[in-house]
Amino acid sequence: MSIYLDRDTKVLVQGITGKMARFHTKDMIEYGTNVVGGVVPGKGGETVEGVPVFNTMKEAVAETGAEATLVFVPPPFAADSIMEAADAGVRYCVCITDGIPAQDMIRVKRYMYRYPKERRMVLTGPNCAGTISPGKALLGIMPGHIYLQGNVGIVGRSGTLGYEAAAQLKERGIGISTSVGIGGDPINGSSFRDILEQFENDPDTHTICMIGEIGGPQEAEAAEYIRDHVSKPVVAYVAGLTAPKGRTMGHAGAIISAFGESASEKVEILTAAGVTVAENPAVIGETIERVMQ
Amino acid sequence: MDIHEYQAKEVLSNFGVEVPAGALAYSPEQAAYRAREMGGERWVVKAQIHAGGRGLAGGVKVCNSDVEIQEVTENMFGRRLVTHQTGPEGKGIYRVYVEAAVPIDREIYLGFVLDRTSQRVMIVASAEGGMEIEDISADRPDSIVRATVEPAVGLQEFQCREIAFKLGIDAGMVQQMVRTLQGCFRAFTELDATMVEINPLVITGDNRILALDAKMTFDDNALFRHPQISELRDKSQEDPRESRAADRGLSYVGLDGNIGCIVNGAGLAMATMDTIMLAGGEPANFLDIGGGATPERVAKAFRLVLSDTKVEAILVNIFAGINRCDWVAEGVVKALREVEVNVPVIVRLAGTNVEEGQKILAESGLPLIRATTLVEAAERAVGAWQSDLDQSTKVRAV
Repeated sequence: MSIYLDRDTKVLVQGITGKMARFHTKDMIEYGTNVVGGVVPGKGGETVEGVPVFNTMKEAVAETGAEATLVFVPPPFAADSIMEAADAGVRYCVCITDGIPAQDMIRVKRYMYRYPKERRMVLTGPNCAGTISPGKALLGIMPGHIYLQGNVGIVGRSGTLGYEAAAQLKERGIGISTSVGIGGDPINGSSFRDILEQFENDPDTHTICMIGEIGGPQEAEAAEYIRDHVSKPVVAYVAGLTAPKGRTMGHAGAIISAFGESASEKVEILTAAGVTVAENPAVIGETIERVMQ
Repeated sequence: MDIHEYQAKEVLSNFGVEVPAGALAYSPEQAAYRAREMGGERWVVKAQIHAGGRGLAGGVKVCNSDVEIQEVTENMFGRRLVTHQTGPEGKGIYRVYVEAAVPIDREIYLGFVLDRTSQRVMIVASAEGGMEIEDISADRPDSIVRATVEPAVGLQEFQCREIAFKLGIDAGMVQQMVRTLQGCFRAFTELDATMVEINPLVITGDNRILALDAKMTFDDNALFRHPQISELRDKSQEDPRESRAADRGLSYVGLDGNIGCIVNGAGLAMATMDTIMLAGGEPANFLDIGGGATPERVAKAFRLVLSDTKVEAILVNIFAGINRCDWVAEGVVKALREVEVNVPVIVRLAGTNVEEGQKILAESGLPLIRATTLVEAAERAVGAWQSDLDQSTKVRAV
């Protein structure tokens, strides 16, 4: 098992006719992902990378039985696309788009909560690299070949820093059950806590790696959850020790604006919750290896 | 994006928030003229910069005549005002706001923020106005009133009344307070703000509620749908390198150290800076060139990092995922042949086709310092900066 995504998961790509979306759709299919179609309003009837394009999500879900979707839609229209996915009844959505207005995301989250929990779509991102269950399926833009299949669950905000961790693990022959990007935006779909809960309940995940950064309350919230509910060992790294207060560091959400949001405060909170914190990004792999033994 | 106080007041007054009479001036003569035009006996002149803490730093003065206004503002225009929020370089004063002084009975703190815990808009208010919210939280946490807004229905009147009564506002003025709160909220949501702060909001001797100061920050990601807000951008208040970077689609933040960083991805960029610090150095900047790392972007990044004269070494850290290291390496070599670089350059590539990438760097003939791990790269960058490098090990490429 793995979380959110398996070999058989039927996947749609929203915005599939765009240049980047085409490129990554091809890459996902080559990796083995079960891509069954795409959605672009007005382009219904076309074919991209051998899969049919539909005008609406409802139509696409009815025709293909898709369970998951990847949103590759430009920022002004991305929130609308996520809500369309939630309404069409897919159970999992990854949004790659970087630059969605924060208030659009507030509306998206409110909209998703219209549905009772058993029918509520899970959203990860926006502004993330996606989710991969190595050896099974890839829903996103990450390079599949740097991930080995195994039993470490990775959750992180940053794309390339997540790649760095996966590559360090591969070098040591350590594999990954699922790697989930939750994205660098201040208002995001799933939090660290949400993903930790999934990993705790996934029998194939034995060790958890959490890659945080400055800004926001989600690492502290995760620390509390780990302390009270997580039985599996957790290794964490928090980026941004040298980041000055009040400045946005690339990700819209990477800004220290309140107490507890700096990297050193987060490290302290996580350590107190029993998490093993890697001092620098180069030792994430070896720290996980040590904790696994 | 930040805007000036006078701009925020104009925006908020369009949404029904009352502000004192005031006018903008670009010179001391104009400031004095504005006061005469406005009439009255006392005015407050306020330096317009994108930072708080102006009062203590001498950027806000009460004047009793137009002659005094001219004198006071002669010392303001062209000066750089240093407050606890500006950093040691301060911010240039090119605009001054002249405002009619008002008799103050009470000062209130009022803020609207995006609350990341509830993932909603939150109102933060306190009867201890005039102090900064950090100090209020530390000294008088009980005085803080908070309310979050349900996004589907917006801010409700009962919530505004609750806030007003908790702040101890007289029953006869509660409706005025409700109008003020709803005006701020509408401005916040309709214009995609990320912060509205009125500190202080004052109750005057003649029972009016006025925004005496105002700060607004807008969501950069939403500026595409608010051209009238984008026009309020004042580049004189930004770090010139940061605005140049933003215009070129790069994300750059200048820092105080001397090891320049060129990295793809924001998380990896922060992690690179941290590793430099752990190796005993100090990063000169945060720079995310984006996932792609095309040769054009790498060249732009080198020019940008080198425009900071403090930079004594440059660390390039690229994780090539979808793209390949050989392609990134070609980009680095091409950039170094285009841009004159006279500080040591340390390159660490990782990911797809890393061996081919290293080979291209080695065979380029450029005296680059190569590294395989991030720690090694950081240590070499710190080492290169510390030692007096022989000229021959420095890159001279045109």
